[in-house]
Amino acid sequence: MKHRKQHLMKWLSLLPLGLILFLSGCSELTVLDPKGPVAQNQKDLIMFSIIFMLLIVIVVFVLFTYMVVKYRDRPGRGNKDYDPSLHGNTRLEILWTIIPLIIIVILSVPNVQTLYELEKPPESTSNKDPLVIYATSADWKWFFSYPEQDIETVNYLHIPTDRAIEFRMSSADSMQALWIPALGGQKYTMAGMETKLYLQADEPGMYKGRNSNFNGEGFTEQTFEVHAESEEAFSDWVNESQNEAPDLTQDKYDELLKPGLLNEMTFSSTHLQWVNHGTMADKDYAIKRHREAYKELLHLENGKEDGNNEH
Amino acid sequence: MQLDEFFVTGEPLIYGAMVSIALVTAAIIFILTYFKKWGWLWREWLTTVDHKKIGIMYIISALAMLFRGGMDALMMRIQLAFPGMNFLNAQHYDEVFTTHGTVMIIFMAMPFLIGLMNIVVPLQIGARDVAFPYLNAVSFWSFFFGAMLFNISFVIGGSPDAGWTSYTPLAGAAMSPGPGQNFYLLGLQLSGIGTLATGINFMVTILKMRAPGMKMFQMPIFSWSTLVTSFIIVFAFPILTVALALMTIDRIFGSQFFTLTGEGMPMMWTNLFWMWGHPEVYIVVLPAFGIFSEIISTFARKQLFGYKAMVWSMIVIAGLSFLVWVHHFFTMGMGAFVNSVFSISTMLIAVPTGVKIFNWLGTLYKGRIQLTTPMLWSLAFIPSFVIGGVTGVMLGMAATDYQYHNSYFLVAHFHYVLIAGTVFACFAGLVYWYPKMFGHKLNERIGKWSLWFFVIGFHVCFFPQYFVGLDGMPRRVFTIIPEWMPLNVISTVGAFGMGMGFAIFVYNIYYSLRYNEREKSGDSWDGRTLEWATPTPVPFYNFATVPHVEGLDAYLIMKEKGQTTFDEANLKPIHMPSNTGQPFIMMSIMFVASFGLVFEWLWMAIAGLIGVIVMMAFRSFDYNDGFYVKVDEIKRTERSARGL
Amino acid sequence: MSAHELKSGPLEYRSSQGRMNILGFWIFLAAEIVLFSTLFATYAVLFGRTANAPTPGELFEPSTVLVMTFLLLISSFTCGIAVHEMRRGSVKGLITWLIITLVLGLGFLGFEIYEFIHYTHEGVTLQSSAYWSSFFILTGTHGLHVTLGIGWAILLLIQLAKRGLTPVTSRKVFIISLYWHFLDVIWIFIFTSVYLIGMVV
Repeated sequence: MKHRKQHLMKWLSLLPLGLILFLSGCSELTVLDPKGPVAQNQKDLIMFSIIFMLLIVIVVFVLFTYMVVKYRDRPGRGNKDYDPSLHGNTRLEILWTIIPLIIIVILSVPNVQTLYELEKPPESTSNKDPLVIYATSADWKWFFSYPEQDIETVNYLHIPTDRAIEFRMSSADSMQALWIPALGGQKYTMAGMETKLYLQADEPGMYKGRNSNFNGEGFTEQTFEVHAESEEAFSDWVNESQNEAPDLTQDKYDELLKPGLLNEMTFSSTHLQWVNHGTMADKDYAIKRHREAYKELLHLENGKEDGNNEH
Repeated sequence: MQLDEFFVTGEPLIYGAMVSIALVTAAIIFILTYFKKWGWLWREWLTTVDHKKIGIMYIISALAMLFRGGMDALMMRIQLAFPGMNFLNAQHYDEVFTTHGTVMIIFMAMPFLIGLMNIVVPLQIGARDVAFPYLNAVSFWSFFFGAMLFNISFVIGGSPDAGWTSYTPLAGAAMSPGPGQNFYLLGLQLSGIGTLATGINFMVTILKMRAPGMKMFQMPIFSWSTLVTSFIIVFAFPILTVALALMTIDRIFGSQFFTLTGEGMPMMWTNLFWMWGHPEVYIVVLPAFGIFSEIISTFARKQLFGYKAMVWSMIVIAGLSFLVWVHHFFTMGMGAFVNSVFSISTMLIAVPTGVKIFNWLGTLYKGRIQLTTPMLWSLAFIPSFVIGGVTGVMLGMAATDYQYHNSYFLVAHFHYVLIAGTVFACFAGLVYWYPKMFGHKLNERIGKWSLWFFVIGFHVCFFPQYFVGLDGMPRRVFTIIPEWMPLNVISTVGAFGMGMGFAIFVYNIYYSLRYNEREKSGDSWDGRTLEWATPTPVPFYNFATVPHVEGLDAYLIMKEKGQTTFDEANLKPIHMPSNTGQPFIMMSIMFVASFGLVFEWLWMAIAGLIGVIVMMAFRSFDYNDGFYVKVDEIKRTERSARGL
Repeated sequence: MSAHELKSGPLEYRSSQGRMNILGFWIFLAAEIVLFSTLFATYAVLFGRTANAPTPGELFEPSTVLVMTFLLLISSFTCGIAVHEMRRGSVKGLITWLIITLVLGLGFLGFEIYEFIHYTHEGVTLQSSAYWSSFFILTGTHGLHVTLGIGWAILLLIQLAKRGLTPVTSRKVFIISLYWHFLDVIWIFIFTSVYLIGMVV
């Protein structure tokens, strides 16, 4: 018995060590390695909740181990500590109702606070107006329209650091979601309505973004790159694009909308001049033009067919 | 339509499956014919209205579906561990995860639990059958044919590929043309009707047919969980019925509910689906809680700790389950207020669930814990489910859910609750009640091997997925970037461990049938509730004399007083329902009608529906009132069963 | 199951199987309420989404709907009388009033079919828009229920003529009366929330 207990203690002592390993490993995970205030905010809340959750897990695991080890029916135990008529305890019931309730209240307060904060541009850069980008998803690609700069990109994004980005998001066809884990959580894009998402990068770098809501065959490859760069580098890119990229014509845009995969592209005008998929009137714009195209498969395999797998 | 459009062609895996289906069918037909078992199959099984046999058929079908869903899972895991091999292409992968999810929830978890309910609940409450035995057979056959309909999509017409949630507009006629999605809609519709009928049936059974003296708060906890589940079924399934019907009408008759054209509203599907879908989660987890409670109490050799708290927590969970559906799509942009409300209601569910966890621990306290296989499954459940539960709270926090949503963090969470909750419970319950069903226990040693393979495999498979999710890996992708490879390979290893556990479990069924000793008494585990008061095999009328119940753990009290359910002095003729082939025939016609609708052959659908109506009219004129079992026959049966 | 037969009280409640069937049917009606609530919710969500099709205000005819409402309300009343006759033990009275109920129900159906055909001529169908889809499915589901109820009641009439009043037939009559009243209640909701509001807005 004693031997068994020592054995158990040895294993239990490994627990904190495991925790340290676990937490240090976590810092490399994209969501827990935020590159902007929104993701930072969410990471802080995640870590805050994990503390309470670990607390609960540890309490239950310790109690569980204690019960199973101590009250196991082993030879020679007899009727010591055996009480078959023990059927409940009101005080305990109240205790283990109240404590979780308290934990939930503690978690709810920052949760609700953060929810409201996420609906506004981050406060750290409230002195600057957010950069407005219309993000339009279509099977299976992304269009990013910069109305102020009059630029439209396909499957990549340039953003200035230390400035809030206001995504006005909609979808040309199926429901999709814009997710850049390093910069913050996702939101759906839908045809016929506009959703708003505020993100911001604090560090320059290249981040991965993608559609995270399943929408058919090309879903896996519906990714894009986010280039976060200083305000100067951003305006250089803007100037370059305005000067060198071709205009986006409606015919060209309609062709691009056709379900399929696309490479990165740049245009020096936006599709917003003739269609905004976020409005009820333009909800069926893509489906009217490409209804027949959905009947065909891409025959998409890993490493073949996919132009932008490396992103 | 050409024949090569009708059958799925061009996939070596599917050709293999076609061949094996043909071989297995031929083998079954051959065996039945060779041993002259067709009459036996019809008389004893296809026409039965006996709740115990219906339960067994449910469980066998569910095990077959577990195999199918499990194969899907292994195929996905192979693809994700070796994406370069191109084992599955994108389209095929989409089909596989769609059928995996649908099969596991609708055709595995629910029928498995309903099967256990069928076998156990009437016995536990001291009834001779369910309230409506005929309807019970209808329920089973509607599930069975629904499952068949869904599964043949594999080789005929093409599988659905829009995810088990089938979000519109993706799943609509424009973006998912062809019969695949129709298979999903009609397979679910057909089996959903049966589930609704089961809900009504068990509610009436439990409310009206309890043994004399059994008060509501003296009912075994599994029966309580069945009652609460039945309430959820009755109030949730009609929503699914409507949602499926609307999408079917959209796809086949061109209405505009969920379309992008005609000002339709695709997001309404998401809402309707989860208004059913969230309660559905509790439909598959509350009976699991009931099973664990029974087993833990039996093998801790103690009364359940906090019985009333356990019952009330289930009722609270059932109520809350209808108020949280929005948490499945916090990211739809409903604004901070709506998300806050649903976030808090979601987290509140953790409170009654926590109460249950602590009460199970309380049951272990000062017990004398026997580590039998069913008990080990139940003990494995507690820590595993707690991990699933706390990550559920994390997902319930809407502000952070934006980062977890649609990622492998979510995948890990719901597998942690559904496997540790439901699947462990199915195995635990099957092993626990196996002697009652088949007259012998499953081998304990092999059972423990299967358990350890499955439980360890489960953690190895799903624990890494929390981390790969936090690293930004979304669900439903068919190929991955190198950073995610190591954890995915570990996952795949775990998945094969689980597959191994299942294989050993199935082998155990064969092994135990051949070598395990037969049960002599009906009370295999020194049980506490009335199902153990019946002899094994259980006579078709269950109880020769229905006991008078005086408290919780009724059979324990009877044993103390030396009472049995065979009181020779007080035998009376027993009224029992007659077998009938009508449910089987009616639902096979319904199958034909649904099949017609899948391919939009309206003549076939209409002909089938007329057939079903004729069968219903036929039933209306059917005044067969069953028969009486004579006292002599009862005496003979009981004496031989009890070895008197 | 035979142990709990009662000697007095309404015929349909005397056997325990009768009591269980009636309770089961009440639960079924609860499920039906959920079903119709979902359809009403769908209707409410899609209200106003008429796209290019005419609006309900342009098409609804108060007089037709009013006639339909009265037909169904009266049929619910006559169905009550039928059950009252059954309680009195009069098979003849029961059959007579049940037939009157069915005729009224058929009248209701006739008007509903007329209404649908009329709308189709005005260029409005199930496919026209989200609003009209939800309109036709909501009212159509109710209409389908009425149709099934009529078919079911005809089967019962044959059984009543053949067997007279027994615990089984009386239970069946009682259950179909519950069903019929339920359809009436649903119609009242359709009348107010679909037709009245549709005509005003």
